[in-house]
Amino acid sequence: MRDLFAVVMLAGIYGLLSASFFVAVDAVDVAFTEAAVGAGVFPLLMLTALALVGRHEQTAGRRPLLSFLLVSVTGAMLVLGTLDMPAFGSADAPAHQHVAVRYIETSPAEIGIPNMVTSVLADYRAYDTLGEVVVIFTAAMGVLGLLSAASSNTGTVQATMHEHRVLRVVSKMLIPLILLFALYVQFHGEHGPGGGFQAGVIFAAGIILYAMLFGLSNTRKIIRPELLQVLAACGVLLYGSVGVVSLLSGGNFLDYSHLLADPLAGRHVGIIVIELGVGITVAAAMILIFYAFANMTVTDEDSPPC
Amino acid sequence: MMAVLAEWLSVPLLAVGIFLVVSGGVGLLRFPDIFCRMHAAGVTETLASGLILLGLMLLAGWGIAAFKLLLILLFLLITSPTASHALAKAALHGGMKVDPDKKETF
Repeated sequence: MRDLFAVVMLAGIYGLLSASFFVAVDAVDVAFTEAAVGAGVFPLLMLTALALVGRHEQTAGRRPLLSFLLVSVTGAMLVLGTLDMPAFGSADAPAHQHVAVRYIETSPAEIGIPNMVTSVLADYRAYDTLGEVVVIFTAAMGVLGLLSAASSNTGTVQATMHEHRVLRVVSKMLIPLILLFALYVQFHGEHGPGGGFQAGVIFAAGIILYAMLFGLSNTRKIIRPELLQVLAACGVLLYGSVGVVSLLSGGNFLDYSHLLADPLAGRHVGIIVIELGVGITVAAAMILIFYAFANMTVTDEDSPPC
Repeated sequence: MMAVLAEWLSVPLLAVGIFLVVSGGVGLLRFPDIFCRMHAAGVTETLASGLILLGLMLLAGWGIAAFKLLLILLFLLITSPTASHALAKAALHGGMKVDPDKKETF
């Protein structure tokens, strides 16, 4: 398939299908994130990348037989690896022993929030989540470093209201609800599926929708890139400082039970604060990456990059 | 009594909704032109999903689930036609012409 636009659309469909697959195996948090990222932001960023590199695949240096061979060998090795795995959901699988049992049994008493995925992600394995947030932050910085060197800061052209009138009216109704929903997902991560990553992606999607319909220059006036850079760093800083505060209060790094006098309340506060840090960094990083890509391709300010 | 009536009422709603989804899918594959296909898909995303969601609301009874389904229904009714509109706009922008005599199928 030479048309990369169709390839990106297929990747979006694949993301949506894997989100429904995750729902079918009862992993709702993962499905949420996959639907938001894989079927939402990822095809969008790929399309802005296509606007930079061109829609059709370059045919010079194409070796279809070699790539097919490589993909089938890797796929065969992966399938071979899964043949030895225990049956899905069997009680004596290694994934259901060892640490998982301890988390499931003690999480209601020690942390007391209904969503056990958040308690594992944000409390028991908070150090890994810190690594994830730093990875997202580094990715945004990498994109900025690579793309801002060649940015073309064209003059601002007033966006006309004649284009996309229906879309603008509907999005004016919907964008506040999208941002509100992002905040809901952010702060209800303990009680239902949700958390910082999903909330950040949904928030960024709302802002990107606004940028696509009302012009990039308008969006840059409302949400300045400099502010976003500071916010992205502040999210990671917030996360790390929670860990340092617990260190200074006498516990281990990211041990929330030392944050307040009551260990249970301390854990709740710790989870909320770090999820906030994650949400801030993810939203800022996504919007920054979109700005960086869209800034390169904009020639006519009031039409979406396409 | 109300619950039984609600269940009996939801069956034709769900059945018609499922039929419309299937016919929308068939239309998507068999219609000759991109705009005709969007027409078929438009039926799927508003009327079919509306009927299915109404049927599910009747099955759920009074409660928070029915309210959430109502919100989903409202959201779909606002966003699906907008998405079809955006798709048609993009097709026109990309240069697809409306050609009623085109014979090619998928």
